[in-house]
Amino acid sequence: MTNAIEIGGLRKSFGETIALDGLDLTVQTGQVHAFLGPNGAGKTTTIRILLGLVRADGGQARLLGGDPWRDATSLHRRIAYVPGDVTLWPSLTGGEIIDLMSKLRGDGDDAGRRKSLIERFDLDPSKKSRTYSKGNRQKVALIAALASDAELLILDEPTSGLDPLMEAAFRECVNEERQRGRTVLLSSHILAEAEALADRITIIRAGRTVETGSLADLRHLTLYHVTATLEDGSSVQREVPPAELNDVLRSLTATGVRSLTCRPPTLEEIFLKQYSEVST
Amino acid sequence: MTGAGVLARLAVRRDRIALPVCVYVIVIMLTVNGYEFRKLYPTAASRLALAASGESNPALRFLYGRLDGTSIGALTVWRIGVWAGLAAALSTIFLVIRHTRGDEEAGRLELVGSAAVGRFAALGASLVVAAETMALTILLLFAVLPLLGLPFAGSVLVALSVGACGLAFAGVAALAAQLTMSARAARGIALAVLGVAFVLRGSGDAGVTGGLSWLTWTSPLGWVQLTRPFGEARWWVLCLPLAVCAVCLPGAFALDARRDLGAGLLPERPGRSTASAALRSPDALAWRLQRGALFGWLGGYAALFAICGAAAQGIGQLVGTSSALRTEISRLGGQSGIVDAYLAGLMLLAGVVAGAYAVSAVLRLRSEETGGLAEPVLATCVGRVRWALGHVLVAVVGSALLLAVAGVATGLGYGLRTGSAGAEVSRMLGAGLGQLPAVLVVAGVAVLAFGLVPRWSVPGMWTIVGVLVVFQLFGPLLRFSHWVMDVSPFTHVPHLPGGAVSVTPLVWLCVIAVAFTLAGLSALRRRDAGIG
Repeated sequence: MTNAIEIGGLRKSFGETIALDGLDLTVQTGQVHAFLGPNGAGKTTTIRILLGLVRADGGQARLLGGDPWRDATSLHRRIAYVPGDVTLWPSLTGGEIIDLMSKLRGDGDDAGRRKSLIERFDLDPSKKSRTYSKGNRQKVALIAALASDAELLILDEPTSGLDPLMEAAFRECVNEERQRGRTVLLSSHILAEAEALADRITIIRAGRTVETGSLADLRHLTLYHVTATLEDGSSVQREVPPAELNDVLRSLTATGVRSLTCRPPTLEEIFLKQYSEVST
Repeated sequence: MTGAGVLARLAVRRDRIALPVCVYVIVIMLTVNGYEFRKLYPTAASRLALAASGESNPALRFLYGRLDGTSIGALTVWRIGVWAGLAAALSTIFLVIRHTRGDEEAGRLELVGSAAVGRFAALGASLVVAAETMALTILLLFAVLPLLGLPFAGSVLVALSVGACGLAFAGVAALAAQLTMSARAARGIALAVLGVAFVLRGSGDAGVTGGLSWLTWTSPLGWVQLTRPFGEARWWVLCLPLAVCAVCLPGAFALDARRDLGAGLLPERPGRSTASAALRSPDALAWRLQRGALFGWLGGYAALFAICGAAAQGIGQLVGTSSALRTEISRLGGQSGIVDAYLAGLMLLAGVVAGAYAVSAVLRLRSEETGGLAEPVLATCVGRVRWALGHVLVAVVGSALLLAVAGVATGLGYGLRTGSAGAEVSRMLGAGLGQLPAVLVVAGVAVLAFGLVPRWSVPGMWTIVGVLVVFQLFGPLLRFSHWVMDVSPFTHVPHLPGGAVSVTPLVWLCVIAVAFTLAGLSALRRRDAGIG
């Protein structure tokens, strides 16, 4: 099996609101897959369908080769999840919650791994969770997920509320997980994070997939920035599709250039373009 | 105080159902009792006899206070005055803490505080709303009590006494809200003060005149009767609750001014850094989340039913003074003897209230779900049914324990006074547990509502509980027709002691409870979960 997640034509509506309108998503085993989209695009609904919490109205969804709704309990043994909006039981301490989640997942006791993660994320596990800040609540959920030996990590905006130091620790952890062969579905708004971590990227908007592929693939779909200063002193700025790049450069050099820069689009530019475009 | 007006209007908007309900409950408590005394004890002679036996029973004095004459007004204040004060205090405690520490803990005050809103706005607004609620209660009582034929001055004084009691506890709650980080703990402190006030008043009233009766003067609940609305009126006693309020409020505002947002005066203690070996399953989590509340309920049940049981011995003489009441009481409960009827009535009360507990324990599922706390659990290998069963189990075991405690405490309270504790305890334990099948049906309906119509489960189930209370406690008085009463599961459990036990309805109730539960769980498996 090479795909951890296979979703095709997924549909879900809540009353009159259409949350998912034929969404496609394929996550290959062993990869870190970034799942991007503006607020309300349907990322969390997709994740909830994958977790078997919400039932799809139409389309197919396969999770680790099983049906996420029917086989929920047995599949959950193999996944770990960090919710987008972490709430914890206020009267339990962070340490108790980390242990409880690992027991509920049916994991073995790996005290060493737990301890090293708590040190790495600099968490005080003996505090009641009502006293934690947003970032500390996020750490509890992250440690609980990372400490598991699940094959697939589903992380919904996992770094919201974390400071840059902790964000760096998180990136390190995700890279280690990839090396250990785990699959990660990373829903995020932080483009630099997706750019740094993801093998493949899916961008969705209004419940539909608008782009999917590796960062290089996505770059091919958008315009390159070409800036040139010509022999006569005038300057030219163009947005050029990759296919026309050759022709444009040829005509520029034919005129004669003093300087030339050609820059691929950043993920942010790809993202903004996809977000702001009217739906096709 | 900038912005307090806006926040007060917001509080009224958010509590637009709860506040009128509190007001009506207090007003109805007083009027229904006044009306019943007028109906059941129309003659001065019957009231005199009631007063004599009511005065002679220390347990009744503990529950109700001292009698102050034999007029209908005096009897009403005796029977329900303290309890109306208690209801007023509960309303203001919950109200004030909800809109101060409750909002603060939830993080809402942080958002509000960032706007052009003064430091004291939330505290001030909650107190304004508490004062408005009490003012509304007082005005309604002004309007209603004289209609029952009670003297106008006395009606005014009793209304003010109850309202002032509520205000005193608004002050206590405002102070408690400054002390702890969690709203739950702040409520606990305020309710503990209320409990101590009840015990002080009860002990003062139960003791012989002279001895400890000064204790009554130390309790805001005692002051409700010490104003003597229908005796030699003591208007100046109204100053005492207002003084409590006046002492607490500057303290609360001073603490509020000194502390940080979200911080409490009492430090939050660190807990275990690893989970105990026992905290390993959804059932253990449900137990951990619900055990504190259950222990509170058990303590309350033990104290209340022990006292009510101890009051049973004198009940025969008390009831003997009214022939109308005698028929009512024996209609309400069993057949053989008024004491048994009274005890059976107590067990019915224990059953209906245990039903309310079971509903609250089952509906914890809903608050876990809307609070986003079900999602992480359901994302592990815990299935929905397994998760739900943990809380259902707490509801079942908890209500069984409550009924057992009610039975044992009643038996002890009554038995120790008659000298047959052993026999009474085992008899009343059976009588209490006899209510369990009906409680299980109520819990089953709650599971069904949670599975089938989650959004409506909370308001729907509390409406059902309210209707059950009215049916069971006032149904015979209001003379509902039989088929209406038959809908209630509590109509079908044996009225023990004194009534006959028939097994068939008990088996049926259990079958219905299990069927409802299974239907609710299967609906839960099919619906979307984890969203509000």
